[in-house]
Amino acid sequence: MDKDFSSRRRRDLIIAAVLAAIAALVPLFVKDVYVQNIMILTLMYAALSQSWNILSGYCGQISLGHALYFGLGAYTTALLFMKFGVPPWFGMIAGGLISAAIAMALGYPCFRLGGHYFAIATIVIAEIALLLIQNWDWAGAALGIDIPVRGDSWLKFQFTRSKLPYFYFALVLACVAWFVTWWLEDSKWGFWWRAVKDNPQAAESLGVDVFNSKMGAAAVSAFLVAVGGSFYAQFVSYIDPESVMGFQFSLLMALPAVLGGIGTLWGPALGAVILIPLTELTRSYIGGSGRGVDLIVYGSLIILISLALPRGLVSLFSSRKGAAR
Amino acid sequence: MTTETIIQSLASGLLMGLLYGLIAVGLALIFGLMDVVNFAHGEFLMIAMYATFFLFAFFAIDPLLSAPLVAAALFVFGALIYLLIVRFAMRAKANAGMVQIFATFGLAIVMRGLAQLLFTPDYRSVTHSWLGGKTVSIAGIFLPEPQLVGALVSIAAFAGLYFFINRTDFGRALEATREDPGAVALVGIDKNRVFALGWGLGAALVGLSGAIMAVFFYIYPDVGASFALIAYVTVALGGFGSVFGAFAGGIVVGLVEATTALVLPPSLKSVGIYAVYLLVVFIRPRGLFGSM
Repeated sequence: MDKDFSSRRRRDLIIAAVLAAIAALVPLFVKDVYVQNIMILTLMYAALSQSWNILSGYCGQISLGHALYFGLGAYTTALLFMKFGVPPWFGMIAGGLISAAIAMALGYPCFRLGGHYFAIATIVIAEIALLLIQNWDWAGAALGIDIPVRGDSWLKFQFTRSKLPYFYFALVLACVAWFVTWWLEDSKWGFWWRAVKDNPQAAESLGVDVFNSKMGAAAVSAFLVAVGGSFYAQFVSYIDPESVMGFQFSLLMALPAVLGGIGTLWGPALGAVILIPLTELTRSYIGGSGRGVDLIVYGSLIILISLALPRGLVSLFSSRKGAAR
Repeated sequence: MTTETIIQSLASGLLMGLLYGLIAVGLALIFGLMDVVNFAHGEFLMIAMYATFFLFAFFAIDPLLSAPLVAAALFVFGALIYLLIVRFAMRAKANAGMVQIFATFGLAIVMRGLAQLLFTPDYRSVTHSWLGGKTVSIAGIFLPEPQLVGALVSIAAFAGLYFFINRTDFGRALEATREDPGAVALVGIDKNRVFALGWGLGAALVGLSGAIMAVFFYIYPDVGASFALIAYVTVALGGFGSVFGAFAGGIVVGLVEATTALVLPPSLKSVGIYAVYLLVVFIRPRGLFGSM
């Protein structure tokens, strides 16, 4: 298995580098702003889902409250920028660190909970944070924050004339999330996580530090998702509690990984590349009237894929790989 | 804050809690039977409320009379959803938990979309009914009639359910299937039939609560979402799968919500429920009445 495994890993890395290079060239040919927008969202969801996948897919702790970290990233960046003029780059790191710290503080009591009790605890915690922000006047309460536009600049990470800088940032973020997953997959952590997911009792008896494995996964996952949230705040320049911290968003973040292949390296990216353009296209072509047809198409798709391909879309490409595991 | 206001809000919290229990019990029943959390539970409530509304709007049937009809319709609907979707989700050989979550989440989105398409996003309400807007005064405490009747219906439904599970053949088949879905085939119980009936029964119970909710709550495509979260918390608080736990969990949720509303602004009233859930599971990781 070892030789196979390491050659597969090398191959994965090469494929990722080639795909990233191709993706970087796409905007040179695609100038349409609408399409660029979809590409940016696709990359963002790929990054978010990849990060969610670290805790929920690899380590098996199903979080349905990751919108909390996305919202924390978005709000930290937006508030620091708006109230104190702190550059978003700093806010991004601050938001990431705050989220990672909170993820560990919450993990301390929550990781003792099993299965559905854990999943519901994650929903409930995110929901408490949502309600608190909705009632926090200084942070814009339920109306949210309009991030002031101070002109195009890399320092302020604001671009009004072109979407390209956002595109490249989202691409880098997606690549970083992918690379972190790739790297951790083969590390001590990766093996611990798979052991914890498969059978925590057995893992514990073999000397795996189950609790700290979960804490590590939670911190990495929350940090990356928060950076995604910071990016989103700058990209749309308007955030409100429901759209960045709502329960729906937690599920939307998990969806690409689940449909693409939960706990797999390529699942989240593949899921995002198929799902996000489809969502956006159905929304703009048949959803404009607010009649809900887009929701019907989208929901049916989720049902069909999850029933037909429980291992996710990646299973279409690599039946061999699945067997090797 | 006088003693009177406190008693008053605890009383209405208790009534609302009994209704929450009724909303949630279907979820608990299905979970206990087959380990599946239905993420479209709120949407089941939503269509029950719409059904009640349309029976009122087109045929002038009072919600109290249409409640059994709505429950029967939801029974059929729930059984169909099991046969058409959930049955296949349970066959998943990998990631069974996630497949079930997202298959039912997809269903929730489809149902919301259909509601927007067919019923428009407008807010509807049952404008006049036998109970709507009336209150009774018991020993100086004013209780809204819809909630009072709802609470009584809930108690009756739980009593009926208790009798049903413990005293009827189907109830015994349900219990047996819950304990060992593989072994029941040996004694001639068709697992799929029991599961379909379980889904029907769970949906019928949420249908009953939807008919009552329609009397005093606005009806719109997303109405299920807020109640669904309360229902998950209620079920988890009581201990997943325990029908009695859902009853107790509902009462706790109702009382906590009413108490929170006394001390915090109304928009924060759910914070109390969520905090109590966390507190309970941190102390008892399987809820109040879950098996350890």
